[in-house]
Amino acid sequence: MNKFWIVLSHTYLSKLKTKSFIISTIIMMALILVLSNMSKLIDAFDGDDKQKVAIIDQTEGGFFEPYKNAAKGVNEDLSIVSAKSEAEARKLVSSDQIAGYLLIEKDDRLGFKGTYKAKQISDSAISNDLLLALTQLKSQITANELKLTDQQIAQLNTPPDFETIALQKNAKTEEDLNQARGLVYVLLFVIYFGVLMYATMIAMEVATEKTSRVMEILISSVPPVTQMFAKIMGVALLSLTQMVLFFGVGYLSIKQNLTNMDEGFFSFFGFGNMNISTIIYAIIFALLGYLLYATLAACLGSVVSKIEDVQQMISPMTMLVVIAFLIAMFGLGNPSASYITITSFIPFFTPMIMFLRVGMLNVPVWEIALSIAVMITTIVLLGILGAKIYRGGVLMYGSSKSLKSIKNALQLSKKK
Amino acid sequence: MSLQINEVTKKFGEFTAVNQLDLTIPEKEMFGFLGGNGAGKTTTFRMILGLLDPTEGEVTWDGRKIDYTTSSLIGYLPEERGLYPKLKVRDQIVYLARLRGMNKRDALKELEYWLDRFMVPEYIDKRVEELSKGNQQKIQLIASMIHKPELLILDEPFSGLDPVNVEILKKAVIDLRDNGTTIVFSSHRMEHVEEMCEHLCIMHKGTPVVAGKLKDIKRSFGKKNVSIKADFDLSFLDTYAGVTKVKNTMEGKILQVTGEDVAENMIRDLVPKGFVRKFELEEPSLTDIFIEKVGAVYE
Repeated sequence: MNKFWIVLSHTYLSKLKTKSFIISTIIMMALILVLSNMSKLIDAFDGDDKQKVAIIDQTEGGFFEPYKNAAKGVNEDLSIVSAKSEAEARKLVSSDQIAGYLLIEKDDRLGFKGTYKAKQISDSAISNDLLLALTQLKSQITANELKLTDQQIAQLNTPPDFETIALQKNAKTEEDLNQARGLVYVLLFVIYFGVLMYATMIAMEVATEKTSRVMEILISSVPPVTQMFAKIMGVALLSLTQMVLFFGVGYLSIKQNLTNMDEGFFSFFGFGNMNISTIIYAIIFALLGYLLYATLAACLGSVVSKIEDVQQMISPMTMLVVIAFLIAMFGLGNPSASYITITSFIPFFTPMIMFLRVGMLNVPVWEIALSIAVMITTIVLLGILGAKIYRGGVLMYGSSKSLKSIKNALQLSKKK
Repeated sequence: MSLQINEVTKKFGEFTAVNQLDLTIPEKEMFGFLGGNGAGKTTTFRMILGLLDPTEGEVTWDGRKIDYTTSSLIGYLPEERGLYPKLKVRDQIVYLARLRGMNKRDALKELEYWLDRFMVPEYIDKRVEELSKGNQQKIQLIASMIHKPELLILDEPFSGLDPVNVEILKKAVIDLRDNGTTIVFSSHRMEHVEEMCEHLCIMHKGTPVVAGKLKDIKRSFGKKNVSIKADFDLSFLDTYAGVTKVKNTMEGKILQVTGEDVAENMIRDLVPKGFVRKFELEEPSLTDIFIEKVGAVYE
């Protein structure tokens, strides 16, 4: 057991001290800082960037003032100026004084029509706002023509009441679901990247020890199973360190931004009671998923003889993770679909898909327990098989063709 | 406390890597393993270490099977040298020594002692990849013997070293033996085995062809070498009765003869013919025995 800790701490500390680890952690932390301060940054760059639009009123109906008011109501940052002619407006556009101009013309059938012209029409936000203001103006004018009272106008504009209610007891409400979807989406990404990144790290670690031939000394002093699991746990510890750093930075930075928000951090993310359990499940499934894929990665890493072959060797494993992730992404829109239910019990998919179900639906406890039990069984089986492959694989040098090498490795580790 | 290899056979599928190897390696001695490439030396070592399980037979040290509970008693220098290229010598050796059951402080103290002895104390804070191959080998040797093992297995310990470093490492290994470590080593260099080992074994294609005490092996080999220098023509000796091999040198011949009696007859025939500058009866060298037994030229 003692050797387990020596290998574990060696794996953890030596990785922690590598430059590439420190640099990538710092870059990620900087990225999180930037993302969590995105709104501030956008404000800082867009501060005096008020959009100016010129209006050319060709209807002679005195639309400028009412339109200006309507536009103000839609978007305060939009400033409306008047222009006499299109030629004048065009000059203003080319000298970048205004973003574009709106031509309001008479139209026999519809009353009037608007044409927005700008250098580039990629910024659809402006034209949307202009359209909205124009629509409001038009319904106002039409209402006036029909001599409707304010009350009637209000009634016309109010949509009917519409509610969705789940009949099943303690099923998630629509509002809950939308919240959950966001959280599950983010956590799925975390699981996906976590599993992929750290499992690959394990495969690389094993392959490096093997190609540098230090493995033969290691394996003569530490049992391969101890070595393999110590390494897997060492990297798990490393990943937790990294995660704590990332979430810590994210938490502090968002909290900083929200000091004047009454509800505080947790309600901002919708971390109600339900969501705390979602996060706990995310941790459980991320850990189990990592263990499963890391064991697989350690076996695969142990049969390659050249470091360049690692990527090729683990590509089937990578594909599994990607497929699981894609199914989970499709399932976000319809988590109760039967293909989601079925795949959530396949051990290699469980970490992401069962998590998706747990996060979005009210899955019976026995189903969760069953899927976790299936996963743990798979991990144990894979661990036993993996230890054998590992034991033989590390003594084997030569070409690395996946299936054949695995067979050879098993043969090498055979007792008799 | 001896190392017993009892009727060990190892098969990989159809291929027999080691066939019926039966050896007793006495304690506190240096035992030489000789054999060409693919003779089964490394496989034998891996079975001694418990990395591979024999198909038949067993290996015991001190009456017990060698496994991970005894790994602090065993030291191993693999043929394929390997250390973590990016780690500093200090971290590397301390890690490997701890895996062999040493504590950190003792490991550091021993490491400093050995680096001083190998005259490279400045390497302690260098990364292994910065060192030359020969110096990496010194570090590797330190790694295999830092924990003062009872049994040390060295697979080709002196290959690829310059003569000065060979002498330094040889001295270190001999000191270790004198302090009570049993050492098994394989080598391509016959003179190293001849110089250092009392017992040895020559393997050929998985089967031991010669095994035992060096002196006995030489005696029972029977054939001896006669080195002759003379002022007259020696070509009649090429077909002399009892001569099995002839090698011409600049000033004379080296003959392999079947026994001392041949040499005795020979000198009687030589003296009447003229002045004999040199006539020497030599023990056969291990190289002679090896070539004879394995039947292949070996560098």
